[in-house]
Amino acid sequence: MSVLIFIDQAEGHVKKASLEALTYGGDLAKQTGTTAEAMVFGTVAEDLTALGRYGISKVHHVSSAALDHFDAQVFANVIAKVVEETKATVVVFSHNQTGKAVAPGVAAAVKAGIVTGAVALPDISNGFVVKKSVFSGKAFANVNISSEIKIISLNPNSYKTVAGKGMAEVIELNVPVPESKIKITAVSKVSGEVPLTEADIVVSGGRGLKGPENWGILEDLAHTLHAATACSRPVADSHWRPHHEHVGQTGVQVAPNLYIALGISGAIQHLAGVNRSKTIVVINKDPEAPFFKAADYGIVGDVFEVVPKLTEEIKKMQAAS
Amino acid sequence: MKILICISKTPDTTSRIAFKDGNTKFEENGVQWIINPYDEWYALVRAIELKEKDPSTVLHLVTVGAADCEPVIRKALALGGDEAYRVNTQSDDSFYIATQIFEVAKQGNYDLIFTGKETIDYNGSSIGGMVAEMLSMPYISLATKFDLNGSTAVVAREIEGGEEVCEVALPVVVSCQKGVAEQRIPNMRGIMSARTKPLKVVEPAAAEALTNITSYELPPVKAGVKLVGADNVAELVRLLHEEAKAI
Ligand SMILES: Cc1cc2nc3c(=O)[nH]c(=O)nc-3n(C[C@H](O)[C@H](O)[C@H](O)COP(=O)(O)OP(=O)(O)OC[C@H]3O[C@@H](n4cnc5c(N)ncnc54)[C@H](O)[C@@H]3O)c2cc1C
Ligand SMILES: Nc1ncnc2c1ncn2[C@@H]1O[C@H](COP(=O)(O)O)[C@@H](O)[C@H]1O
Repeated sequence: MSVLIFIDQAEGHVKKASLEALTYGGDLAKQTGTTAEAMVFGTVAEDLTALGRYGISKVHHVSSAALDHFDAQVFANVIAKVVEETKATVVVFSHNQTGKAVAPGVAAAVKAGIVTGAVALPDISNGFVVKKSVFSGKAFANVNISSEIKIISLNPNSYKTVAGKGMAEVIELNVPVPESKIKITAVSKVSGEVPLTEADIVVSGGRGLKGPENWGILEDLAHTLHAATACSRPVADSHWRPHHEHVGQTGVQVAPNLYIALGISGAIQHLAGVNRSKTIVVINKDPEAPFFKAADYGIVGDVFEVVPKLTEEIKKMQAAS
Repeated sequence: MKILICISKTPDTTSRIAFKDGNTKFEENGVQWIINPYDEWYALVRAIELKEKDPSTVLHLVTVGAADCEPVIRKALALGGDEAYRVNTQSDDSFYIATQIFEVAKQGNYDLIFTGKETIDYNGSSIGGMVAEMLSMPYISLATKFDLNGSTAVVAREIEGGEEVCEVALPVVVSCQKGVAEQRIPNMRGIMSARTKPLKVVEPAAAEALTNITSYELPPVKAGVKLVGADNVAELVRLLHEEAKAI
């Protein structure tokens, strides 16, 4: 048995979610008394040997430039070959956009049972039972995988990255890469901001902010905290904010360390996208707003008065520490 | 143009989530079942719009589930599907479900297969990618816009930290989410005609389930909110810094 972790990279850099997957895979290998190895595709700018700090012994690199563009079908094909080559029995992905696109295809290709949205290491005392998030964060299911090869994709922000010491051996793999049938014609990256699903802190606004012209106070707070910005669905539906910021059941699901909700009522469909956040702060003028029931800290008050003060106080705190 | 739309049934978004039999089964008592929102609002509605543009388009629906799925599949027919297949079996395992859809898809020679981004109960986001691999078709996940240009699909999709637009020759499997279409309400004529549309029940193909749910858990209850006065914002900052260690 060995563990193989897929490393997602963009523009040559390893994603934070992949570092979590590496740490998870490294810990899983320790738990099962085996080794953890990783795979990465395309042109990479980083020193791959340094990834040994996350508990892996080897990095298999397929350097073909054809893999600089992501195509789920091509990636699944190449990953399946690496799985075969390395005789891996557990394959770990991050359950980010890339993982969602490619992990199921690999599962079908190598006939592996798959658990997506995993939140903890498997319990191997009786089978191979992985805890995953279900009902949009409202519950967990423990799922046993019975196939010989097992695939886990780990929810972002649910496993802490730990960097220790160690160097990985980098192995250049020569795997044939099939031709992509997909032509990418435009890419728009959200630049200069913190990507929502990777953010440690998210500041989110609802209809209580009254209009797009009032988002300045929210952005100031987010900027001060190096936070990503988000919003409730009606805010995106009214085009006050771009749709990729909409969190909830039908939008993006986030699980940051800190979620600050400004003028959001806390409808069940909104909570479904944010209730895995570690700490939730709610600022709402209505003491009966349902969001307070899901919150850790709250202020009953007017966002237009409280938020600028909050930004000021945080700046003071940052200057003092 | 022949399109297959994968339809699953899920508890209504406001359902109370509870478990029974020592936390091994979902408590279905009092739950209202709906079409999984991603399948209905985005995948199905977009397929209907494509048929409105090109009336020669044929829309087939497939659901893998027991007889209790039929009200949901009838509603999908009422919205605008032409005919439906129900594979008569019940499973939580993605590989098993995908194999059943693959068997139906293989026989229908579809140009396009739509799924939702994920089911809102199991949250697998897996079926589309698996079916695509089984059919050796390209897979475009998390689509936010879908158009056809002759026999080429033009799709915008969510990627890590942004969005990209891509083109691919049919056939292709696409998972749909917000942006692809807008929710619709079935009209009376649709509801009436759905009663006579074909709903074919097929028996499952032999396949293995590679996973099984052993138990469920509810998240630990929150300790309750700590309220701070609106005139004492500094205290909130102190709590977040010192107690929650969040900033
Ligand atoms: C099937 C389905 C799926 C859905 N999916 C989603 C989803 O993914 N995400 C989502 O967000 N919603 C979703 N919704 C909508 C959801 O039910 C709510 O309608 C929505 O979340 C409400 O948004 P809101 O809190 O911004 O607005 P409102 O409910 O209007 O709340 C505004 C809040 O701001 C407060 N407020 C007003 N003025 C101030 C002020 N000056 N200072 C402080 N507070 C103030 C009010 O007290 C109120 O609590 C979905 C609905 C359905 C039916
Ligand atoms: N039992 C099922 N029958 C038909 N389609 C399904 C079924 N389960 C899932 N799907 C489709 O696959 C998508 C993703 O589901 P999942 O991988 O379970 O999150 C759903 O949005 C549906 O379109």
